[in-house]
Amino acid sequence: MDHLVLLLLELGAVVLGLGVLARLAGRFAISPIPFYLIAGLAFGEGGIAPIVTSEEFIEIGAELGVIFLLLLLGLEYSARELITSMRSIAPAGSLDLVLNFAPGLIAGLLLGWGLEIALFLGGVTYISSSGVVAKLINDLEWSGNRETPVILSVLVFEDLVMAAMLPILAAVALGSGPGQAVLSIVIALVVIGVALTFAYRHGDRIGRLVFHASDEVTLLSVFGLALVVAGLAEAVNVSAAVGAFLVGIALSGEAASKAHSLLTPLRDLFAAVFFVFFGLSTDPREIPGVLVVAVLLGIVTTGTKVIAGYVAAKRGGIAKAGRLRTGFALVARGEFSIIIAGLAGGLSGSGELAALAAAYVLLMAVAGPIAAKFVDSGRQKLSV
Amino acid sequence: MPEIAETELPGLGVRLEFNSEEGHRIGVIHHRTGRRELFVCTPSDPDSAALTLKLSDDESHALADALGGSSVVESVSALQQIKGLVIDWLSVDDGSPYAAGTIGDAQVRTRTGVSIVAVIRGDETHPAPGPEFALETGDLLVVVGTGGGVESVRTLMAPG
Repeated sequence: MDHLVLLLLELGAVVLGLGVLARLAGRFAISPIPFYLIAGLAFGEGGIAPIVTSEEFIEIGAELGVIFLLLLLGLEYSARELITSMRSIAPAGSLDLVLNFAPGLIAGLLLGWGLEIALFLGGVTYISSSGVVAKLINDLEWSGNRETPVILSVLVFEDLVMAAMLPILAAVALGSGPGQAVLSIVIALVVIGVALTFAYRHGDRIGRLVFHASDEVTLLSVFGLALVVAGLAEAVNVSAAVGAFLVGIALSGEAASKAHSLLTPLRDLFAAVFFVFFGLSTDPREIPGVLVVAVLLGIVTTGTKVIAGYVAAKRGGIAKAGRLRTGFALVARGEFSIIIAGLAGGLSGSGELAALAAAYVLLMAVAGPIAAKFVDSGRQKLSV
Repeated sequence: MPEIAETELPGLGVRLEFNSEEGHRIGVIHHRTGRRELFVCTPSDPDSAALTLKLSDDESHALADALGGSSVVESVSALQQIKGLVIDWLSVDDGSPYAAGTIGDAQVRTRTGVSIVAVIRGDETHPAPGPEFALETGDLLVVVGTGGGVESVRTLMAPG
């Protein structure tokens, strides 16, 4: 068959399949991420029906998916919001970092996977899924609750830590000597610092520059700017994702909300492709071997996340029930854990890491919301 | 009037709330998307919302109208009691000669005797804007003047 014909048919089948899975996820009111991962696993190497022709396209689509995920995350925040919530949440946020990075790091070392892979695993267990948690708050009607600003601030803190963590991990993944790694990290932190300060002072002006009454112009300008900055960031080893995140932060006000609604459908498409690609490049035959570790890590990091959330809410003067809600709301892990695991790409042992991360996210993206619903069930609520 | 507390919800929007005399915490969440949520917390559990209503833009306006008593609406209806005085809301459309300049440039009062008493931009209201205030496409001008004067402003600011 013609190459183009094969490409279209294969790609069409994948995207259609994802549509069915997203519908299924909606039916059960859970995140579609686990479904996408399973689809990727099924069609990858060692799966039931390997995809060959469209793999190159899917690989580029996956890169775009990461850029979209981080760009849209940045668009949700303004630099002012980031800096103000950072100040109030810093102590509780740091506790969250220590409590939830440690289990992954320790597990990696105990498994004998080496320090590099262990650092990545720490990132995987640390970061909660903003997407899953935001959906949870909406579905369970928690936005009016007193603890909600605490939950959101913890997420903001985690997202900023991730922005600092990605370039560090990218430097680790490059396998360059310690001197080179330190240099990349310093460059990354300087770039992030300068970009945040600039966005804090001139966010409105940048917004006005790219904003236009025409949707088309706004869409093309914001996306183009994000790609250029992501490319430049990648060139200085700061990681493309962070570049896109900074562009999102820098835009605020009307430009940000317009760009957000315009780019959301593209994000949904390419993020789905990204999860499939991660599944594709993970060998499903590795999963049974890491399943026990994934479950154990899941149990431990549910506990550590609940403690971190509990303490954060307690510091915010929230009563006991609200502290538990905060803790359980943050349990879900998802897109960012996968992004971090995906960065390990070239390292030796990254295959096992990918399998473990996939199994762990499959578990936590489903278990997190279920746990939160369970804590919420005792609450007095009128149905309307 | 009870004091309204404002809390930013990063990624979601802004939450406005106050405590009622009966001990309920009542509030509204303004989502970035324009959607609003009305919630009430009972005195027995002030931390969590017992009732949440999701309202569209239009529904929130309808509810606000039904509740009435907005101080702005009250003063506007008082003004309309003055004979011969007209208050109108005029939008600066794409291509309008007003979109590119300041209120001073438009010389509205000199040419028509009409005053621009406020400019509404998105969710923000700028009361009593000075002549240096720069107008933009999409602004809503609140103008006060005679019926004929307001009509002339409408013609002057039409695109073309």
